[in-house]
Amino acid sequence: MMDELRELYQEVILDHGKNPRNLRHPPDANRMARGENPMCGDKFTVYLKVNPDRIVEDVAFEGRGCAISTASASMMTELVKGKTEEEARVLFATFHDLCTKDEDEHHDHGPVDEEALEKLMVLSGVRQFPVRVKCATLAWHAMSAAIEGEDKASSE
Amino acid sequence: MSDIAHTLAKDSGGRPAGYDVERIRADFPILSRTVHERTGKKPQPGKPLVYLDSGASAQKPRHVIDTMTRFLEEDYANIHRGVHFLSQRATDRFEAVRDKVAAFLNAPSRDGIVFTRNATEAINLVASSYARTFLERGDEIIVSVMEHHANIVPWQLVQMEKGVVLKVVPVDEAGVLDLDAYRALFGPRTKLVALTHCSNVLGTVTPAKEIVRIAHERGVPVLLDGSQAVVHSTVDVQDIGADFYVFTGHKLYGPTGIGVLCARLDLLKKMPPFMGGGDMIQSVSFNGTTFKEPPMRFEPGTPPIAEAIGLGAAIDYVESIGREAIAAHEHDLLTYATKRLTEIEGLRIIGTAPGKAAIISFVVDGVHPHDLGTVVDQYGVAVRVGQHCAEPLMERFGVGSTARASFALYNTRAEADALADAVKAVKEFFGA
Repeated sequence: MMDELRELYQEVILDHGKNPRNLRHPPDANRMARGENPMCGDKFTVYLKVNPDRIVEDVAFEGRGCAISTASASMMTELVKGKTEEEARVLFATFHDLCTKDEDEHHDHGPVDEEALEKLMVLSGVRQFPVRVKCATLAWHAMSAAIEGEDKASSE
Repeated sequence: MSDIAHTLAKDSGGRPAGYDVERIRADFPILSRTVHERTGKKPQPGKPLVYLDSGASAQKPRHVIDTMTRFLEEDYANIHRGVHFLSQRATDRFEAVRDKVAAFLNAPSRDGIVFTRNATEAINLVASSYARTFLERGDEIIVSVMEHHANIVPWQLVQMEKGVVLKVVPVDEAGVLDLDAYRALFGPRTKLVALTHCSNVLGTVTPAKEIVRIAHERGVPVLLDGSQAVVHSTVDVQDIGADFYVFTGHKLYGPTGIGVLCARLDLLKKMPPFMGGGDMIQSVSFNGTTFKEPPMRFEPGTPPIAEAIGLGAAIDYVESIGREAIAAHEHDLLTYATKRLTEIEGLRIIGTAPGKAAIISFVVDGVHPHDLGTVVDQYGVAVRVGQHCAEPLMERFGVGSTARASFALYNTRAEADALADAVKAVKEFFGA
């Protein structure tokens, strides 16, 4: 039993969950979107600063959530920073497969940052806990909505 | 009722006398299962199920399961339609449940009992048929901050369409309804009161009789949401005086898909149909259709027949144990579980109203309820986490969500211990 829990709540997750990185509102952000999980009431706002070359120069978030959603948001801010919009999209799509599908069902969404994906592996434990997939992807949905220019995202 | 298995036995140590919870547990097949068993590389035996989520939906006794099965095997046909043997038989059994529900609530008339899919549909029926018809722009409906979304959103739909105004009764820090504020909300435009009889989050039991008395003094009808109240106590709608009283079957150990609106017959008679279809009409013609009298006017189409039979069996089951006995047992569990949980440092119970029902919402410092729910589940403990369809209440208490343990007639002190131990393990796990 504890094995499965330890796999879900790896040290990295507990660390990011307790001490989230980039928990702030950058004054020069030019994109933002809110993400809500109606099941638990978790709400995040994700801020992006995207430059004219469509590179995400800064990522930050505000809000409260469970250990998994907070850790995922925190890790996202670190991993998406410096990527182009397209690279961020591909990383989310690939990560989403990781959380929801067995390996043989993963799609090729395009060239992905393997190192970033490796780090996100710690969140893949949610695959064993289907209701928690929404937690792991909430901030990512918001990030993706911010890139697409929508101001709201739901993990429903 | 000879096929109801449990019997009431003699007392054991300080608990409500005559309540043999082990015999009662044996009536619920699902309670003997285990959860999270694993085979394969790292096999793991299952954990006994500690089901503390009856507030969301209660488990079903063998009597309900068997009655429904036997009905489908022996007596099933469509009702109110056929001249044949089975149709008559099924109709009789279906209509007998209407009598049973009327007796269960001490309703003045069986014709005031309308079967719906659930409590949500019953409230929507009143919102659609009564409020849309009789309320006008600027009229006011009084609700409370501790309502389930099912007793908020239907009125908001009327608000959007008709421009009525919702007035919200607050609760104090303990979760007690503020009766003075309630009284003060009445004005010349107040046309309806829609309040819970028992909060699904706080366990607060509202003073139903007083609520109705205050409203009736001002000529305002009252709807009470009894979804939790009927489970935890005896409800007498005539004594309370409620104009509309709703509850759902599945929280009362019955099946899903069946709920009840118990309404004053004179109001029902004035109300237009909520939905149109067969079995609710007197005659249909393209020059105009006339509708049947209540309750048939509000039951278009083939109703949930087997589910109604199941609800009847659930009421029999509950009555066979006795609602007073159940309330006493649950009170014992509430007191014990509250004591065990408050021993845990950093744990805060939301909802401490005197006389509350056996529902405990709580938060733990440094642990998100969702994480708590996932971890205690690994110990076999099923609790609900989240907003409990009561977002305004979460805001009132400054929490995003809570964990909720709801106790039922089949729960035990040992299960309260299991919950407390699992919560302690959660704290340890997260270093909180």
